[in-house]
This record gives sequence, structure tokens and C-alpha cells, in this order.
Amino acid sequence: MNSQTPLLEVRNLSRHFGAVKALENCSLVVHPGEVVALAGDNGAGKTTMIKAISGVYAPTSGEILIEGKPVSFSSPQDAREKGIETIYQDLALADNLTIGGNIFLGREPMRKAFGFLPVIDRKAMAEAARQTMALLDFHVKRLDAPVSNFSGGQRQAVAIGRAVYWNARILIMDEPTAALGVPEQRKVVALIKSLKAQGRGVVFISHNLQDIFAVSDRIVVLRRGIVAGERNINETTHDEVVKLMIGG
Amino acid sequence: MTSTVDEPPKVDPHIAPQADHADQTQTLIGHIAQLRAWLFLGALIIIFEIWSRLSFGGTFVLSPFNWQSIAIFAVAPLLLAIGQTFVIISGGIDLSMGFIMGLAAVVAAHMTNLAGLYMPLPFAMLFGILVAVLVATIPGMINGLLISRLKVPPFIGTLGMFGVARGTAFLLAGGTTVPVKNEYFAMLGNGRILGIPYLVLVTAVFVLVMHYILSQTRFGQHNYAIGANAQAARRAGIDIKGHILKLYVLSSVCAGLGGALYAARFTAGAAQAGEPLLLDCVAAVVIGGASLFGGSGSILGTVAGALVIAVIQYGLVFLDVEPFWQFIAVGVVIIISVLIDQAQRRFSGAKQDE
Repeated sequence: MNSQTPLLEVRNLSRHFGAVKALENCSLVVHPGEVVALAGDNGAGKTTMIKAISGVYAPTSGEILIEGKPVSFSSPQDAREKGIETIYQDLALADNLTIGGNIFLGREPMRKAFGFLPVIDRKAMAEAARQTMALLDFHVKRLDAPVSNFSGGQRQAVAIGRAVYWNARILIMDEPTAALGVPEQRKVVALIKSLKAQGRGVVFISHNLQDIFAVSDRIVVLRRGIVAGERNINETTHDEVVKLMIGG
Repeated sequence: MTSTVDEPPKVDPHIAPQADHADQTQTLIGHIAQLRAWLFLGALIIIFEIWSRLSFGGTFVLSPFNWQSIAIFAVAPLLLAIGQTFVIISGGIDLSMGFIMGLAAVVAAHMTNLAGLYMPLPFAMLFGILVAVLVATIPGMINGLLISRLKVPPFIGTLGMFGVARGTAFLLAGGTTVPVKNEYFAMLGNGRILGIPYLVLVTAVFVLVMHYILSQTRFGQHNYAIGANAQAARRAGIDIKGHILKLYVLSSVCAGLGGALYAARFTAGAAQAGEPLLLDCVAAVVIGGASLFGGSGSILGTVAGALVIAVIQYGLVFLDVEPFWQFIAVGVVIIISVLIDQAQRRFSGAKQDE
């Protein structure tokens, strides 16, 4: 797998805030169909890392490459157009809209009613929503219901569905299971596995080692802004990862 | 930190079946909440009809004259309420609408008179209305800029504009009302075609256009999204600042048209034209099913809300009740309406927590 060009490569990335070195010379590689977990204690630089990858912060130094080509992002919008979608912890859904409304938010398809009047094509939106959610093995009966009717895991699926529909090749997920109950956490783990099966790359931040070991191929541990270690998941243990996180 | 239990994770990837029954109940409550303004309206009409027959032996509901009067009565508050609906759905509020309406009424009167000196009267009338609406957009634009660029809370920004528009309108009117000398303008305000007053016709067309914009266009869709989760809308690439600017311009256009039609109806412009309508228009939106927290509401609901208020106000006069009861009745309807909204909110909130 490592012979392929990586989907995403971060080389020697640094981000300083004044004298604070939030991130110093960190590197990260994600191959197609690979799930990379980003672990570390609070303040280790996980969030700074994903904000740099998703276009929120410009790096102080270092390079980001997508499929071998260097890129720089002017905004999260820009990163999204280049195939990197971030699923935020707080979900970023408009609760009063349908699944289709959320998937197409800001890019609604239009049709002509009576041959001249432009109107939002809700039927096309609902159909795309149904197909996308089915792709994630998530079957919804009521496509006309606002997403506030759905549970936390289902809403997470909608956020992921939006990324999938717009063909994100790399998904960055910030604590996707943190706010969820146990069955819902499992549901999200299953979703990440299906993204992996589709050949997408996933970078996933979590405090939950159980989840990390359940879905990741590799784990990158950050500590105080540097990469403290990188392990293949089947060659490491909980204890080793915890030691890397707290420094031992 | 959360931790999973150790039993083998056989995940059922399908939607949890528990939701279905609760879903149906919630949908039913949702529908009732959405239709509450129309239910109120129906109940009111029945009460007034019975009351009218008992006390006068005459009909309330079957008299076309009553309906004409109610419709004309509802025009100005409805126009304001339409603009307010957009603003409230986005999570804001526009307190300046009443005096923007007054400003527009004064400008419409002045400009129609002035233009009448230089062009045929029908054109003078159109010119006056056009200028009035355009002038109304100036405070709307300032509202929008204050709120979107300078992050002034809508309540404060539009409260300031309430004062500015009020003072400007009285200054322009010279502290009095401005009579209009233009028979076409008077005809627009008081004439009718096939028994339907022109005012009502113009308003109906305007309401349909606004219903289309809110329910069928991206602008409308984004308005709902911004009201529910502005952060999500921004992340989705929606230009929130531009949207909010357009929004307050739109509400001022509604107020401007309301002012121009007021001037037509009374063949005079008055700065205080919209003064009592501010609360009525917010009430119409709330009775119509919108939440002041943003994210919900509809034009059709607001139409029903405005009709509820107009029927109460006209009906109580018709039934010879002391006018002060109108305030009490409208107030009670607003409170009941908000209670229904809260109940629905609590219900759906409880379901999410399960």
C-alpha cells in the first residue's frame, strides 16, 4: 500500500502563535483507504494540525500535498474544493432542514417550474440524499423530516453523507464519537469503515482508544506540538500509546 | 472520556426502529403547531358568528362587507409582518419597520404631489410609490450594514433606526399629515375591481411573490439555515453578511410598500402611520407559527396570523365591544400561540435526549 502516492501528505508542518510553537515539524501521511488516528493529550497540537489541513490556519512553515501535488489553502472553502472535508464535533447541520437540504446547503440544485420559474429542486435533493445515505448503509424512511428528528449518530451520518456526496477524498473527523452513546459510537465506527472501503482517506481525532483501535490502520501521537511516535495499529498496544501520549 | 463495553460489537447499520412511533406523534404535533394560526382563525370566526347571531340576530361571517373591511384592515400589518417573517426566521428582529412605513408614507405623499406638477397623474402616482419604496431601503440598508458588518445586535440596531426613521418622517412631514392631491392615488387606495379592493389585490400579489422567495429559492432556504445554525451556514459557504444586508433591505421594502399603500388609502402621508403596527406585525409572525429563536415560520402562517389579529380587531368593533378588549384578546392569542410553540419544542427536545 505504501508504494502508492499518498492521498494526503503533510511535510514538516509548523504553526507558531507568537512565541508559542503549537506545532513543530510534524509530518503525516494518509493513503487511499487508510484511517489514520491522531491522538494526544489536550494541547498536544491535534486541533492545530487539522485546522492547518482543513484550511483554517495557514502553516508557518512546511508543506501539504494532495496526491503528490503541493497545495495551499486560502480558506476552508478552498480546502473543501480540493477534496478535504472536515466533520466538526458540533456537527454543523441546520437542524430545521432535511437531509437533502443539509447535503446541498449553499449549493442547492434548481429546476424550472412551469417552464420558467426557478425553484429549488427538492425532489432531486431527496433522491440524492437517499442514494448517499444508502451508500453509507443508512436507510432513512422520512426524507422530508428535518434532521432535528434524528439521533446524534444519524446526524453524524448526515454530515458524513454531505462530504461523501461532494466527493471528498479525505475526511477529517474531530472527535466523531465524543457526544454519542455507545450504540451510536458503534454506528460511527461502522461509517468510518465504509468510507475506508470506498478508498477514501480518513484522519480521525479521538480520545477514545477503544475506537482508535477499532478502526485505524495507523496512529500518530502528538505531544506538545511534536510527533511523539507513529505506530501501525496491529503492532502496538493501548499501554504503549498512552505512554507516548503522556511521555514516559 | 467515554468507553465502550466489551461485548462483541454486532452493529445494526440500519436506522433504529424505536424512532417510528414517536416520529408520527411528533409529526402530528408539528402539523398542528404549523396550522395553529389557521385553527385560531377558524375558531375565532365560529365564536364571532355565534356571538353575532345571539346578540344581533345577524351574520358576521356571511357578510362580504365585513370581509372587505377585514382585508383592508389587514393590509398594512400584513405587509410589515411579511418582512418581519423573513427577519425573524433568520434569528433577527426589525423594530424599525413601523416608522420606516411612516417615512415611506410621507415620502409617497410629497413625491406624488411634486411629480404631479410635471407628469400625468397616473405616472406621478407610480413615481411617488417607487421613490417611497426606494427611500425606505436606505434605513433598511443601514440596518443591514450595522448588523452584518459592525455586529450590532438586531434588536439594538433597528431600535436606533426606529428613532432615526421616526424623527426623519416627522421632520419631512413638518410635524403634520401631508395630504395627496391625485385622484388615481385615491382610487388605488379606495377603488375595487369585482368587489376586491385594489389594495388587497396588490398585497395578495406581493404576498405570493414573497411566499415564492421564502419557500422556493436559495435565498429563502439559506434564510432558514442561518436562523437554525449560522455557523453551519457559514461553513457551507453561504455569504452571511450579504444575506443579512439583503434581508433588512427586503424588510424595509415591505415597510415602504406598506407606507405607500397607507398614503393611498388615506390620501395622506403621516409619520405615525405604522406606529401601532410594530407589535401587531411581530404578533402576526409569532401567531403564524414562527419562533423568535429563528429557524421556523412561513408566509402562509403569517397571513393567517395577520388575519387573526384583523378579525379580532374588526370583529370586536363589529360586536360593539369596548375597544380596549382588542389588546387583551390579541395578547392572549400571542401567549397561547407561544405556549403551543414551547410545548412542541419541549416535545421534540425530549425525544432527542432519549
